[in-house]
Amino acid sequence: MAEERLQLEPIEGRSLWSDGIRKLKRRKLAVICFWIIMLYVAVACYVQAAQWSGDYWPANWDVSTGEKYESPSWKNFCGTDIFGYSILRKVVYGTKISLKVAFFASIISLLIGIPLGATAGYFGGLVDEIITWVYSTLSSIPYILLILAFALVLKDKTFMGAKLAGATTVYLAIGLTSWVDICRLIRGEVLKHKQKEYVFAARSYGCSNLRIIFVHLLPNFFHIVIISFSLRFMSFIHAEVILSFLGLGEKNSPSWGAMIDSARLDLPKGYWWEMTAATLAILVISLALNIFGDALRDSLDPKLKAKG
Amino acid sequence: MFSYIIRRLLYTVPIVFGVMLITFLLFNIVRGDITDQIAGKEASAETRAEIKKEYGLDKPLFFNTEHKVFSKQFWDSQFFNHLLAAATFDFGYSYNDREAIWDKIKRGAGPSLALTAPMLVGEVSISIILALVVAYFRGRWIDNLTVLICIVGMSLPFLSFILFGQYFLAFKWGLFPVYFWPDLSVWQYTLLPTFIGIAAGLGSNLRFYRAVMLDELGNDYVRTAFAKGLSPAKVLFKHVLKNAMIPIITQVVLAIPFLFLGSLLLERFFGIPGLGYLMIDAIGARDFKVINAMVYISAILFVVFNLITDICYAIVDPRISFK
Repeated sequence: MAEERLQLEPIEGRSLWSDGIRKLKRRKLAVICFWIIMLYVAVACYVQAAQWSGDYWPANWDVSTGEKYESPSWKNFCGTDIFGYSILRKVVYGTKISLKVAFFASIISLLIGIPLGATAGYFGGLVDEIITWVYSTLSSIPYILLILAFALVLKDKTFMGAKLAGATTVYLAIGLTSWVDICRLIRGEVLKHKQKEYVFAARSYGCSNLRIIFVHLLPNFFHIVIISFSLRFMSFIHAEVILSFLGLGEKNSPSWGAMIDSARLDLPKGYWWEMTAATLAILVISLALNIFGDALRDSLDPKLKAKG
Repeated sequence: MFSYIIRRLLYTVPIVFGVMLITFLLFNIVRGDITDQIAGKEASAETRAEIKKEYGLDKPLFFNTEHKVFSKQFWDSQFFNHLLAAATFDFGYSYNDREAIWDKIKRGAGPSLALTAPMLVGEVSISIILALVVAYFRGRWIDNLTVLICIVGMSLPFLSFILFGQYFLAFKWGLFPVYFWPDLSVWQYTLLPTFIGIAAGLGSNLRFYRAVMLDELGNDYVRTAFAKGLSPAKVLFKHVLKNAMIPIITQVVLAIPFLFLGSLLLERFFGIPGLGYLMIDAIGARDFKVINAMVYISAILFVVFNLITDICYAIVDPRISFK
């Protein structure tokens, strides 16, 4: 009898994530957007690999493939720029820079925002006051001005032996300024959750504070972090474009912002392809992130309302 | 009420101090010594010392150990000078052309406001009207299409809006002047940038206000108003709009300090000699004093307007108290 009972199939429980993913899969558009994002990620990884392993396509973007300002054709799919470089290669190469910046900026802001927010919310008191003071101060400075100030100050500095330049400055500047929102979010959630029974239970077992925060509390609202980041990723990409355009970003390789900067003077001459290619590259990934982020929010946390 | 205002006012003190501290950390400590930048590489030791003295860079950062008394140690430091300059709004002279930074800012504020104030008014009024209409038709094709257009608009980079707008509307079709020209009247050269700014910002604004309106439309009073037989226009623009005023006012009042900042990119592309242009110039020339002043002033404006909104709330709604 006992053996028979053991063989019974367990009732399949659905966790938040499996439920969310199931709901997400029902939205065809969201699935398409997910694969578009994955395509961008794959391209970025491929470019990085090509760059490490030598001068493979498109790491050799700085080799001219035709006359200058060739219009799009089968030979040069997206045309060429003033030096005869292939626009297609530049766009593909720029994918790597943009995604790298957005990825590292996210990592930095998570690494700062989550611990600070959790500490402030969990311990309260003076620690909370100090952390709240720091982020209220930072958020009283207009965002774009703050990023610009950070990027400008960090540019060409040496930090622990490494010279900060190009993409590194950009993601440092974005990461060091954008943790504020994530910190505020986590602090609010921790405040909401820390009076719940499961936290008391964990404490009565003798769990350390660190364990309660990271093992018990954080998984309960980590999906909110993911949602907020899928929507914020886009703003990181756009910030990178603006910083590169202002000359604070990548100097010697073609990021999308640098491409728009160089296309600025070509556009009035009628050479529209570089501008269009860079715009389309940004538009497609932003659209995909936007639609996917919205769908993710709706399927993981239906209670959250659209905020702009 | 009075004590609320006092407490709210006191609460801004640490924030303002924090902004002073951050600007000091960024522009005096992280940035490092800028004597080389001002003096040039071949300057003699005397010139460098003179420059250091003029800008107060010869003093220690926080505590001057030359003095015996603690308070004197603090007063005679770079940090105290920074605090003093910020508190008295005396930002000194630009590194590059030695013009007083206040004069630069005063000169730039007008053109910036001429661009950004109409932009805010246009953006808010257009997106509120559209949001009301779209929220009324929730779930129909007109709503779905508008949301789609909004998402596309949010996904397009701002630079593309500016460049394509300037290329097609001004350069190719000649509807507007391409660039600032002193002979033109103000509205002539700000018309196109204003238009582009509104178009670029419409997506996110419309989505925000649509969410606000959808919230309102679910309320009972709306159903009552419809049941009374009022026309949709009357319900939307009289009843719903009035009740949605609080989020709208918050959004608008907190956008006002940003008006002063101008629009970095729009001013750059259309050659409008405002504060955005000043910032871009300062970034190019690495003129930290100007950037310091701009960061500080905009943060102060933000704090002040935040304070005003909160006090207005407390006056309108007596239930609100501090914390």
